[in-house]
Amino acid sequence: MNLSMKWLNDYVDVSDMPIKEFCSGLTISGSKVERWETEGEEIDKVVVGKLLSVVPHENSDHLVVCQVDVGKAGSGEPIQIVTGASNVKAGDIVPVAMDGSTLPGGVKIKKGKLRGVESNGMLCSLGELGLTARDFPYAIEDGIFIMQEEEGCPTFELGMDIREAIGLNDISVEFEITSNRPDCLAVLGLARETHATFDRSLKIKAPEFKGIDGDINSMLKVEIHNKTLCPRYIAGVVKNVKIAPSPRWMRERLRASGVRPINNFVDITNYVMLEYGHPMHAFDIRYINGAAINIRNAKNGETITTLDGMERTLTENMLVIADADKPVAVAGVMGGEYSGIMDDTVDVVFEAACFDGASVRTTAKALGMRTDASARFEKGLDPQNAYPALIRAFELVELLGCGEVVKTIIDADYSDKTPKGVKFDPEWINNFLGSDIPEAEMKTYLERLDFKVENGMAYAPSVRIDIECKADIAEEVARLYGYNKIPKTIIRGVAEAQLSPKQKFERSIMNAMTSLGAYEITTYSFISPKYFDKIRLPENSPLRKTVIITNPLGEDTSVMRTTILPSVCEVMARNYNNRNPEVCLFELGNEYIPNGGELPDEPVRLGVGMYGGKRDFYDIKGIIDSMLELVGVEDVEYTSCTDSAVFAEADAFHPGRCAVIKKGDKVLGILGELHPEVLENYGIGVKAYAAKINVTELMAEATAVKVYKPLPKFPATTRDLAIVCDETLPVAELEKAIKKAVGNILESVTLFDVYQGKQIAEGKKSVAYAISMRSHEGTLTDEQADAAVKRVLKELANLGAELRA
Amino acid sequence: MKEQLEKIRQLAEKELSECGAADVLESLRVKYLGKKGELTAILKQMGGLSAEERPVVGQLANSVRQSIEEMIAERSAALKSELAAAKLKMETIDVTLPGKKQTVGKLHPLTATLNEVKEIFLGMGFEVVEGPEVETDHYCFEALNMPKHHPARDTQDTFYINDNVVLRTQTSSVQIRTMENKKPPIRIISPGRVYRSDAVDATHSPLFHQIEGLVIDKGITMADLNGTLELLMQRLYGEDCKIRLRPHHFPYTEPSAEVDIMCFNCHGEGCPMCKNEGYIELLGAGMVHPKVLEGCGIDPEVYSGFAFGIGLERITMGRYEIKDMRLLYENDMRFLGQF
Repeated sequence: MNLSMKWLNDYVDVSDMPIKEFCSGLTISGSKVERWETEGEEIDKVVVGKLLSVVPHENSDHLVVCQVDVGKAGSGEPIQIVTGASNVKAGDIVPVAMDGSTLPGGVKIKKGKLRGVESNGMLCSLGELGLTARDFPYAIEDGIFIMQEEEGCPTFELGMDIREAIGLNDISVEFEITSNRPDCLAVLGLARETHATFDRSLKIKAPEFKGIDGDINSMLKVEIHNKTLCPRYIAGVVKNVKIAPSPRWMRERLRASGVRPINNFVDITNYVMLEYGHPMHAFDIRYINGAAINIRNAKNGETITTLDGMERTLTENMLVIADADKPVAVAGVMGGEYSGIMDDTVDVVFEAACFDGASVRTTAKALGMRTDASARFEKGLDPQNAYPALIRAFELVELLGCGEVVKTIIDADYSDKTPKGVKFDPEWINNFLGSDIPEAEMKTYLERLDFKVENGMAYAPSVRIDIECKADIAEEVARLYGYNKIPKTIIRGVAEAQLSPKQKFERSIMNAMTSLGAYEITTYSFISPKYFDKIRLPENSPLRKTVIITNPLGEDTSVMRTTILPSVCEVMARNYNNRNPEVCLFELGNEYIPNGGELPDEPVRLGVGMYGGKRDFYDIKGIIDSMLELVGVEDVEYTSCTDSAVFAEADAFHPGRCAVIKKGDKVLGILGELHPEVLENYGIGVKAYAAKINVTELMAEATAVKVYKPLPKFPATTRDLAIVCDETLPVAELEKAIKKAVGNILESVTLFDVYQGKQIAEGKKSVAYAISMRSHEGTLTDEQADAAVKRVLKELANLGAELRA
Repeated sequence: MKEQLEKIRQLAEKELSECGAADVLESLRVKYLGKKGELTAILKQMGGLSAEERPVVGQLANSVRQSIEEMIAERSAALKSELAAAKLKMETIDVTLPGKKQTVGKLHPLTATLNEVKEIFLGMGFEVVEGPEVETDHYCFEALNMPKHHPARDTQDTFYINDNVVLRTQTSSVQIRTMENKKPPIRIISPGRVYRSDAVDATHSPLFHQIEGLVIDKGITMADLNGTLELLMQRLYGEDCKIRLRPHHFPYTEPSAEVDIMCFNCHGEGCPMCKNEGYIELLGAGMVHPKVLEGCGIDPEVYSGFAFGIGLERITMGRYEIKDMRLLYENDMRFLGQF
């Protein structure tokens, strides 16, 4: 809402108040000012001048040389200005930009010579002053602005500042009005707030019109068929309309309010809408068949061509204004094609009505046309405000002399006029706010807001559709008292809180990952369904069944992710593109898995990705392994995986370099080198590694409490074994065999070398282990250790593995 | 003999003081104190002395031995420390050479900030509660006093899954779930992802994070809300930061407020950073609307409470002076490495 300060000053005089003080005062009392703008702020040293003579330029056939009287702005002598405009003649009154002046857009005017002739300034067009012919309908846009005196405006004095002369000196204040206060989308509403905020007197008088004799009932019939959706409809008739531009004061105010002046009738409806906050509509009576106005639900399939030339098909839940045969307007949204004012219009019906907000909102949305009117109606308007708004329109018609208003009007009024009373309980208010405001002071605030306080009740004015309960009264009191004067206290009572086990577990994962060198990332939860192809998810993968957004911003954010893997790949790709040589990153985030119910499951997943440096498969495995240790998950197993039935994202990985992580029969995650095709799909030019861990499932496997094991009393015995086996045999098999064979004296088995080469037969590999053994009963003897090694060798023989020669 | 002994002492003293190496010192020790050393040789001649002279010379000989021993020990210690010093000197390195890089990762700035906010609230006895991001219309809107077709829904452009399921536009939905399941007193914060269909630019993202706070108990006042928010801001931004409350409208609170923080740059004077307002908008808050309480089965005549919603991105960007929100979701390592 843009407010013209000149307009406001008609109702509450704050002309002496610095604009900054006005804006911050209203902001603090609840009408937030976004910004303000002084019209013509950029214009300096532009004055009213009179052309004394206009002669052709001796060296040019399109320039003229003018002698200009700039009155008090000059030294007494006329100044010489050269112009290229062709619409000037001696005697014209024009805007003169003097030497050293500035114009909108930061344009600076300096004296100089044009084809050898001195020019001491510039004559201005409308455009150069930041105006259009809408602002001055008598002037042209492509030429110098030849100024004309207008009725009710100050006479031009030569040398006068142009802004003052043409009324380009208003201040426009832009408010952010919340949806509960449609009454403040109006000059009068903001005047009431100004009055309440600064305690300055409010001068609103009820509008009046004289009217001509005539019986409206013989001209028009109004019938409301749906009184719920239209509680009030008021109509009047204006005869013999004269379409013309509006007077300057009206055009100025519309301009400062951000509305383009059109003609007197359109301007009056806009003016009243801006002043009273109530949209109006005007119909050419010739196009109302049967002179009947029916406010009714549309019939299914009924059509109307709206003012914007579009044909709209209506449904039965939409409210229309119809004549005897057809809809002439969609109620509260937009008029029909022929319903407006045309050049040959003679008699006009003016409507001020009230429609149900939700209904207008649904209709406007369904038809895809939100209008200024519908935006107001949908917030819910006061039916009692419709009447003065209509009368104000008639007052303006008479003031502008643009028609004859029939004295009688039709007022179909089914609105509820019971005053809305809310209990006024000062003690409760103070207890609720934590304040100590005296009752009398509360009453003053409420009365300033036009509430009636009597018999323990507070009655809101009818425009305040937002007042419903005690808390609303508390807010009214608080905002005028000042939110910031309410004390600041600490909540009473003791409370203790700690993170939940889930939150602690997630935090420990994050701590583990960062301590292991991974950077945390944050990615969008929605992805493109195409990303499933990028990670080679099989066509029939259950992960392709997603939660789909019906109104996404774009295809690439249209489904909720069922796998965190593409998010990780995407970030790696972006970093690779940005030439970051290496990354190691993780995200702890949700996946969204449809489960047949109303809401999907949202399991927590850890996604990890890395590339660059000298990283290989064993780096990502090492990080995941250490992370698992840090978060208390022990005894996991890694087995190679090529099957998307075991882990849905398996195909995203290199089939020979991918492992699933299991504990017992629980699958906890997958890790490995990304499949070359996936790398290609993401444009990653180096090997990259990724992992996905099912955190929700992992937490169930974590040991929350660690139990101390006594430190050993007896020394350990170590045996190093180099074992030769088939190169395809996973070393995990060897380890399993060693563990089994050594039995409970095994302390640790550590792989320290894997070798393939000259000294080893083709198709074989040598794997070296350090086996540490210890007993808690006594020092192990060499015999005991050797016996264990023997058992190991025997067990290994079953795998076709033997001691390296 | 006395003279001989005295001479030995003097000679030993001289030689020892000149000795500069451990092996020389050892040979001197052998020379004077060894079995075939000079002192031993003299002591062997003791037998030829008179009974009167013997104890006197014996005493003197012992004193000379002791004195030589002391001198050797002293010299040995000095030599050792000289040696050590020389060794240390040799081992001198260029300490300005770079350290060996240990790989550590870092938390995303949003998480780092959120963790700090959580700590502050845990300290004030607020539990951290989570809820679903794909949420029903009921929890996201209806129960928050925003029935279908409520105009306030316009301020939260919503992603729809179907007529009844949305991506939550605010973590206030968790308020309702909490109040339905827990009797007052309630003190919670609910951080999480929220979604609005805003196109991406420097200050908008279709996904962002909110921290919702809710307190319900007997006798909770708006003054408590003011106090809690001021405390939060002082913990986050320092003791001297100032907040300002402005009346606003949210359907689920009454009175409602927007909370501004005094501009760090101009301290309220007005500058380009705060768009000349002197204050920067930080969060929305208010007293929980009686209709919301009632809907959750909490009697508004007995209980009252406040709620607030903080944009995590906004405070994170403020703290680190990040000017473009997109950086937070691009996850460029050069960005992530800075926090």
